[in-house]
Amino acid sequence: MTPDPPPAIQAQGLAKRFDKVQAVSAVDFEVRSGELFGFLGPNGAGKTTTINMLTGLARPDAGTIHISGVDCTKNPRAAQHLIGVVPDESNLYPELTGFGNLCFCAALYGIGKTERRSRARELLDTFDLAGAANRKFGGYSKGMKRKLAIAAGIIHRPDILFLDEPTTGIDVASARQLRRLVHALHKNGTTIFLTTHYIEEAERLCDRIAFIVSGRTIRTDTVDNLIQPVRDTHVLQITCIGRTGDLADTLDRTFPDLTFAFPEQGVIRVTSGSPVRVGPLVRFLEDRAVEVTEARKIRPSLEEVFIDITGVKAEIMGREKEKTGGGSL
Amino acid sequence: MNQWIAFWSIFVKDLKTYYLKPPNISWGLIFPLAWTGMFFVKTGSGLSSIPEVLPGVMAVSILFGTTSMLAVTITFEKKNRSFERLLLAPLSFEILMLAKTSGAILFGILNALVPLFLAVWLTDLSQVAWGVLVPAVFLISVASTFMGLFIAVAVSEVFEAQTFSNFFRFPMIFLCGLFFPVSALPFFLEPLAYFLPLTYGADLLHGAVRGEHTLPYLLDMAVLAVFCIGLFAVSLFNIRRRWIA
Repeated sequence: MTPDPPPAIQAQGLAKRFDKVQAVSAVDFEVRSGELFGFLGPNGAGKTTTINMLTGLARPDAGTIHISGVDCTKNPRAAQHLIGVVPDESNLYPELTGFGNLCFCAALYGIGKTERRSRARELLDTFDLAGAANRKFGGYSKGMKRKLAIAAGIIHRPDILFLDEPTTGIDVASARQLRRLVHALHKNGTTIFLTTHYIEEAERLCDRIAFIVSGRTIRTDTVDNLIQPVRDTHVLQITCIGRTGDLADTLDRTFPDLTFAFPEQGVIRVTSGSPVRVGPLVRFLEDRAVEVTEARKIRPSLEEVFIDITGVKAEIMGREKEKTGGGSL
Repeated sequence: MNQWIAFWSIFVKDLKTYYLKPPNISWGLIFPLAWTGMFFVKTGSGLSSIPEVLPGVMAVSILFGTTSMLAVTITFEKKNRSFERLLLAPLSFEILMLAKTSGAILFGILNALVPLFLAVWLTDLSQVAWGVLVPAVFLISVASTFMGLFIAVAVSEVFEAQTFSNFFRFPMIFLCGLFFPVSALPFFLEPLAYFLPLTYGADLLHGAVRGEHTLPYLLDMAVLAVFCIGLFAVSLFNIRRRWIA
């Protein structure tokens, strides 16, 4: 009987401080080989610091990291052979062409000239960038830049790929295409460590997810297991015109069995353990000069779980989406 | 893995991306020419004074050429995060930094050749000790490059690197015996000169071109080599401490 392979990534008790800021204080998780693992948390939660520690760009103050059994803190170079990294911001060379960038990245891993040229062409085809191969990277659109960054991350066929906020700041169509590419890479057996603050993206793509808040991993589980507690929850989303913010207390008093949230201006989210009756709510609002334009049931999602577990409000994640360009859906 | 493939690619990429750009080529030519012209005007002497000013012009050309470029190839890449791509590669850190600095060393050597070629064309240099001049130019280029590296990793912005470089460069022009002997310095500045690598480079160049040197060649070369190793080691230490913290 062959022994189980070591986990693709194993992080235990990671901590990292920058001057007066404790960026990461207790990060623990294990990523299995071939898994698409999501690392989910709001901006500033410690996602990028964790990735930097896992990839050798930062040294942890405490804790251990193993990549496919290799101790990263003791032998970071050996671990770097096994990983590919796609950072949240492009770090390719604007002066080089797309093809030139890929060839250069391949050379950094010691790949010979003939092989790196054919590998670069293959990836440019796969990522639909063959037409822009000889254009300078600096002139690429954001979506193209992100695709080329992913191609550069896998140019040396790494076992494990780190993707830091891959769809942030790009348009919806490019985000969709990128998610398809990530999915295809996963199907081909690449272990993927994905950080994102797009909850829907994590839910759609990942096998398992770890929630990180304020530098701590507070829950790690499969998407199914995470959603299970809210599966029987009924959620109604009401879109309306008029002042709704000052109705919170009255709504709570009038409908004590329901929970109300106001994720954005003109939107009320109603949650209940039993089916929500729309009529009384609409009448209540219209009596107070609030015009209801839409009321629809929505499927409980990871977002509710995330809010429940982390205490981070949906509107905070929403604001982050707006700030960063929001290419998630 | 063959680390030399990575070394060569970084070296060639930097040459193409930075050093062989028209502004740098023209700067590499104009700067030494301007220095040469300036000293001719200042001394008011004829072509016979070329051997007198040649060592200083060569050393200054190397110094400014190398230190200016490191601010771009290191500080700029750190700022726009492309340096991270290099740090993520499974490369020995020493090889990575040698690759990043080799272009500047070559650029420094080429900068030194501009006034040298002019001098060959304008005057008789048959007395030059080439066996000393060639290693001197190489060692000055390496020491100046590593001094530029030391400065480049100590700052975050390109303009800071340029300003900080001047803090070292301009005093060195006057303290290192490039254009007048160290012995002519005020007594309290003379010891300071011996803490600067260019003093030993200038001594070598003066010896090679004019036969006038104050220290033995081997001592000059050994001290320059120690400066090179020391500056490289300190720079690597600073990168590890500041950039992979």
